[in-house]
Amino acid sequence: MAVVKRPPFPVILVANDLVEGEVIFAAEHGWTRDVRAARVANDAEAAQALEQFGAAQARACKVVDAYLVDVEIEAGVPVPRHYRERLRTLGPSHRLDLGKQADFHL
Amino acid sequence: MYAYDELDRQIVRERVAQFASQVERRLDGSLTEEEFRPLRLKNGVYLQLHAYMLRVAIPYGGLSSRQLRQLALIAEKYDRGYGHFTTRTNIQFNWPKLREIPAILGLLADVDMHAIQTSGNCIRNTTTDCFAGAAFDEIEDPRPTAEWIRQWSTLHPEFDWLGRKFKIAVTATQQDRAVLRGHDVGVRIVRNAAGETGYRLYVGGGLGRTPMEGKLVRDFLPRAELLGYLEAILRVYNLEGRRDNKFKARIKILVHEIGLEAFRAQVEAEYSKVVAAAPAPDLREFERITASFDAPDFADLPEVSRKLEQAQAADPDLAQFVARNLFRHKKKGYVALTISLKSIGGAPGDATAEQMRAVADLAEQFSFDQVRVSYKQNLVLPHVRRDDVPEIFAVLKAQGLATPNVDLITDIICCPGLDYCALATARSIPLAQTLSRHFADPDKQKEIGELSIKISGCINACAHHHIANIGILGLEKSGGESYQITIGGDPGDQYALGELLGPGLPASAVPEAIDRVIGVYLDARRQGETFIETYRRLGVTPFKAAFKEIADAVA
Repeated sequence: MAVVKRPPFPVILVANDLVEGEVIFAAEHGWTRDVRAARVANDAEAAQALEQFGAAQARACKVVDAYLVDVEIEAGVPVPRHYRERLRTLGPSHRLDLGKQADFHL
Repeated sequence: MYAYDELDRQIVRERVAQFASQVERRLDGSLTEEEFRPLRLKNGVYLQLHAYMLRVAIPYGGLSSRQLRQLALIAEKYDRGYGHFTTRTNIQFNWPKLREIPAILGLLADVDMHAIQTSGNCIRNTTTDCFAGAAFDEIEDPRPTAEWIRQWSTLHPEFDWLGRKFKIAVTATQQDRAVLRGHDVGVRIVRNAAGETGYRLYVGGGLGRTPMEGKLVRDFLPRAELLGYLEAILRVYNLEGRRDNKFKARIKILVHEIGLEAFRAQVEAEYSKVVAAAPAPDLREFERITASFDAPDFADLPEVSRKLEQAQAADPDLAQFVARNLFRHKKKGYVALTISLKSIGGAPGDATAEQMRAVADLAEQFSFDQVRVSYKQNLVLPHVRRDDVPEIFAVLKAQGLATPNVDLITDIICCPGLDYCALATARSIPLAQTLSRHFADPDKQKEIGELSIKISGCINACAHHHIANIGILGLEKSGGESYQITIGGDPGDQYALGELLGPGLPASAVPEAIDRVIGVYLDARRQGETFIETYRRLGVTPFKAAFKEIADAVA
């Protein structure tokens, strides 16, 4: 079997909601818009489970473009290591009144 | 404005119904994302970083008050209260929900608007001079030609699925205000020695990862032959252009690889087949379109407005606005007035719903109901009486729209960058805001004079950074944002691509680096020289030396 290329652990699963387009994160049950409630996978088995959940949800027309993002845990909260993914958890950096940063006071 | 007829309306309505059905089938699972993506892209719908984005077509940048009010309504009801005007003279909404997009398209259809040709590999929105129909120096109004091309290209069965997108610009003046040589095809309206009006065509220009200058392919084409000749160009591109690599699929690569002479020979051969196969071209359709543009009923006014002169004498802010934001009109007593969407510290090109309504009201009252969008991401009231400028200025000031900075250093062109765009490699808006604040002092701006800064958040160059006097390209370097600076670019008649000054810098070092570059100019300039003129005289070397001090300090 081919080796699956994954980012380093820990990871979270990020996707867009098909209907709303909004960025969402796989949670313990279903999806969440708040990255603080994202389910964190620390090993290959947990990461694979996230990927399978994402693929099934894409097939079921719930989400688009689901993929794993590597994070650091800061004060118990997953924070993406890459600035692009960090922006996706927050919203436009010049409009703090918009996006998740405004909705969740991040 | 071009007035839609029943056929135009039917095409748009049918397209809304078609896309509504496609969205329904996507949501119920009948269409996969892979199947749906090219369909949504045919209707201006992108999936961006935070949400969907809808790009609405503003053909050749022309809007009526009614249309602008409808955009304001959409911004408020279906988005977050604002829109972003782009360098392709379109508008983007950043937060629509997929389920609601068919309703938005319905609202657009109500005012003869749509999102056709704003994305996908087709002939895109045809752009032109933002002062079209008003400019003192135009041979004729270029908009009927732009509309003629639009009608020919919309849903063109042969050219609706090209190898890549295809962009056409039209202008009718000696001074190029539409970046002709940066387009796949540039159409210049000219007169020949016999006094006949026709077209000079450039081909193979473009920016992006491989910037190229458009090359002269036909010096004079009789007017009636335009669409036939464009058909020949498009057909040669469609047949011969590369499809193996999307980065090499634009016409500029074809022209570059086979050479202009070979390309021209192929086009001429194809054109003779077009001519042989079709009845002799005539101008009936062009004339019908021209007649569909309502001609403003200009008054006979004196050249000078005493009222404006007196108001200027009493109000230095108004005087500054008049000095920067007015453009000479072809009719005595009128001006074309630019509304800067570049307030100090603002996001370039953004306008709130309230601002859109205010501009729509001004256009209705003072500018024959017309508004234009410029590729520089500003708005224009094309036909304003000099007498009315003080009253317009007062309204603009109250709306935060009276920034007197047209073509100055704070009139920054800027793409959405990584704050919105899924393709971006770095943010661009925050850097534009920083630079705008850095150069906010009106006296400093005046001292520096005309100078363009353009900031793209990725190599695709939506903000035209290659052809900026000072171009900034945001990239990723070692896991962080890094900004490369080029200087000496020119979008107009002396079309030039900028030269790279050195390695990329962190955003925090960019203002000081630009200070150094401008310092070289201010020290060396001769009387009356603009930045680009001094650059042309000195070359890049002294600017590079000044830049290096900053680059070395942050390395």
